[in-house]
Amino acid sequence: MTTSPSRINLPAVAMVSAWTGVLVVLSFWMSRQAYHWLPVQASTAAPLVDGLFSFETALATFVFCGVVSVMAWVVLFNRAAKYDMSDAEPIEGNTRLEIIWTVIPALVVFGIAFYAVRVNQQLAILGPMEHIHRGNPIEQVGGYAGDRLPPEAVEVIARQWSWEFRYPKAQVSSTELHLPVNEPVTFRLVSEDVIHGFYVPAFRLKQDVIPGRAIDFKLTPTREGRYRLRDSMYSGTWFAANQADVVVESADSFQAWLKQGASQPLQPGLSDAVQEYDERQQAGAKGWATVRPAPRPQVNFPGSNTLPHDA
Amino acid sequence: MTTSAPFDPRILKSNAPVPGAPDNWKRFFSFNTDAKVIGIQYISVAIFFLLVGGLLAMIMRGELITPENDLVDRTVYNGLYTMHGTIMLFMFIFPVLNGLNNLLIPPMIGAPDMAFPRLNAVAFWMVPLFGVILMASFLLPGGPANAGWWSYPPVSTQNPLGHLISGESMWLLAVALSGVSSIIGALNFVTTIIRMRAPGMTFFRMPVFIWTVWAAQTLQLIGLPALTGGAIMLLFDLVVGTSFFQPEGGGDPVLYQHFFWFYSHPAVYVIILPVFGIFSELFSVHSRKPLFGYAFVAVASFVIVFLGLIVWVHHFFPSGVPEWMRNLFMVTTMLISVPTGVKVFAWLATIWGGKIQLNTPMLFCLGGLFNFVFAGVTGIMLATVPIDIHVNNTYFVVGHFHYVIYGAAVMGIFAAIYHWFSKFTGRMYYEGLGKLHFALTFIGSNLNFFPMHPLGLMGMPRRVSSYDPEFTFWNVVASLGSFLLGVSIIPFLLNMISSWVRGPKAPQNPWQAIGLEWLLPSPPPAENFEDNVPTVISGPYGYGTGKPLVENQAAYENQQFQEV
Repeated sequence: MTTSPSRINLPAVAMVSAWTGVLVVLSFWMSRQAYHWLPVQASTAAPLVDGLFSFETALATFVFCGVVSVMAWVVLFNRAAKYDMSDAEPIEGNTRLEIIWTVIPALVVFGIAFYAVRVNQQLAILGPMEHIHRGNPIEQVGGYAGDRLPPEAVEVIARQWSWEFRYPKAQVSSTELHLPVNEPVTFRLVSEDVIHGFYVPAFRLKQDVIPGRAIDFKLTPTREGRYRLRDSMYSGTWFAANQADVVVESADSFQAWLKQGASQPLQPGLSDAVQEYDERQQAGAKGWATVRPAPRPQVNFPGSNTLPHDA
Repeated sequence: MTTSAPFDPRILKSNAPVPGAPDNWKRFFSFNTDAKVIGIQYISVAIFFLLVGGLLAMIMRGELITPENDLVDRTVYNGLYTMHGTIMLFMFIFPVLNGLNNLLIPPMIGAPDMAFPRLNAVAFWMVPLFGVILMASFLLPGGPANAGWWSYPPVSTQNPLGHLISGESMWLLAVALSGVSSIIGALNFVTTIIRMRAPGMTFFRMPVFIWTVWAAQTLQLIGLPALTGGAIMLLFDLVVGTSFFQPEGGGDPVLYQHFFWFYSHPAVYVIILPVFGIFSELFSVHSRKPLFGYAFVAVASFVIVFLGLIVWVHHFFPSGVPEWMRNLFMVTTMLISVPTGVKVFAWLATIWGGKIQLNTPMLFCLGGLFNFVFAGVTGIMLATVPIDIHVNNTYFVVGHFHYVIYGAAVMGIFAAIYHWFSKFTGRMYYEGLGKLHFALTFIGSNLNFFPMHPLGLMGMPRRVSSYDPEFTFWNVVASLGSFLLGVSIIPFLLNMISSWVRGPKAPQNPWQAIGLEWLLPSPPPAENFEDNVPTVISGPYGYGTGKPLVENQAAYENQQFQEV
């Protein structure tokens, strides 16, 4: 990116240095801006991910603007006259320069990787804890989970197209996910049909839910509020409508919610897909073939997915 | 012609000359074995499907201009986005690149044709065949495939109507046929490059475009059997009831993801490598300077091939892959930026201090490089596991790969079409329309694809037919950009058709470029150099060095003067 180092040209060096300084400042400013492009931070993972993203935004800004600066310079100042087809000075290469621009990016990449591996270790993202090999996996993981889970864990059942959350200890089920703030929570993720994705942008976490496997997944919410849980793995016709709300609240409100839930009888939970499917059938089922949505889950607490959410 | 080699396909070729004079337009509609005819056939079919795929995209952007699902039924939207991806990849970008390969490889290396001309024609004619299969699937009662171009099971093997002939089964058939066609093509290209170069054209005198095609087609040969095999296994799951990927029968749906991405990640390099080759050729010619660090740039292609084969898991980091695998594939993915960076820096050093002509091909190259570097920096973010966990399967990924595929690759392909248009049609294109096409494409693609990044960061999943209202603003911008991009193709089509029909006659070498193809008349005769294959005596980018490319260079240059 710099000129050939054979003869030192002071004004050029000064100009390149000054411009590099401008780019460094710009990159730093962009790394601060980067936080505003992301949803609110609502889990312990979020600041780690955002820090890494901010850092890479700075690097990205520097590299992108550096390259574009060179291109802009060339386009502005290295233009040939309209019918000038003569050749420019034939510089065929510079081995030292080529080695430099191989080695430095390699070092930068290893630096990023090192940082990212450390963040990876800090994040409590667990891989699949167990494979279910025999029997009918749907039956094994689909039933009430109370006796298979640690009592604090929350069972998440993904279906085409609804989410159901079960709290084994309190014997409560819901189509709205409630979590106490600042307490680690373990989910057991299961799917009854296809692959779904458990994705809460405010938590910066995502885990595919694979049929035939029960996946343990841990996180700690850190901010009270109402967030969206979105299916992140394409799951068929009503994939886009397969969303649920996540309510992070104080331990007291959470306990009160559990208590209230336990006192309520089972009732049909939320499923936008079921509602849209019924309307679609009444309207003559125009469009192409679709799988029929799973019936609304029977839950103690349907909740809502139309209230304003923080992210 | 030299006859000293024990095996010289050129002898076979000359003994069975291709019928059809350059003026016989009917040859474009026949089973013709001339690579220059096949090249134009590929490109024409591909551009037809670019229009089809683009139309589907504009309907999708019409749906996404509002948060609610209100333009098309959700089933229709899912079919549209699936077929958009499928058509753009299998019916547009691979065929258009194979078209460029067919046009450019033989003249650039001084060969009369491809090594296996009949196989070459077979590989091409499979494209309209599976194109018809794909298009026919729109007419099925259940509609076309709607599980995305990844076609992940189990969602892809759900067959609501239970018919044997479903959109999905036709899709899988088409993809398997496309795989066979591409494998045949790859064999042909690799053999041609290795065996049929002009005397004196050592590997390190080959143009970089030839290097990159060689690298890309080697990737096809290694990777495609995995995808084709995976597609056939999935077809068995769907129609015969096997359970390779069905959890109920002890299969593993994640296994399919490995098969799929083992090929489909390298597929990105199959697309972008030849475009790197185009950039390398064009930056050099239109800056009137040698390509900076030719040997580094050439060899970097094969480093990318090697690394490109060991990164596939980065497509499904959240699929339940173990921590060590996440870290390993993160590092390999990031390492690809090193050989890629070598190329980018070499292009910058090439144009640096050059005598830049801002004609249409050069503008497309500069715009393509701009977009590519943007895609590169977002690519590093995506490689980083913790960031990827957040943005995987969101619009951030969609934005990233559209910058790569449309912003960089397709712009590079347009650059190549303009740059070599005169060589193969014998006519010049209209510069004004070309520049208009560039401006609309550059603005349209950035307007369309940039907004996808903030959307992804905010957490908007890809493939949705409706979304929460907070995503509206950027979606409206993206939709407007997509409509502009749709308009941008009009000056291109006008230019191509009108220039070919009545454009000014092209000289032999309008860019005063160095390269064997520019020593041929425009358009070249059926067998290129026929019996007068030149002997290459220097490297491919001798701008300003005064070194002739071939023995007796003046004779080849004068040949044309005598004809005109």
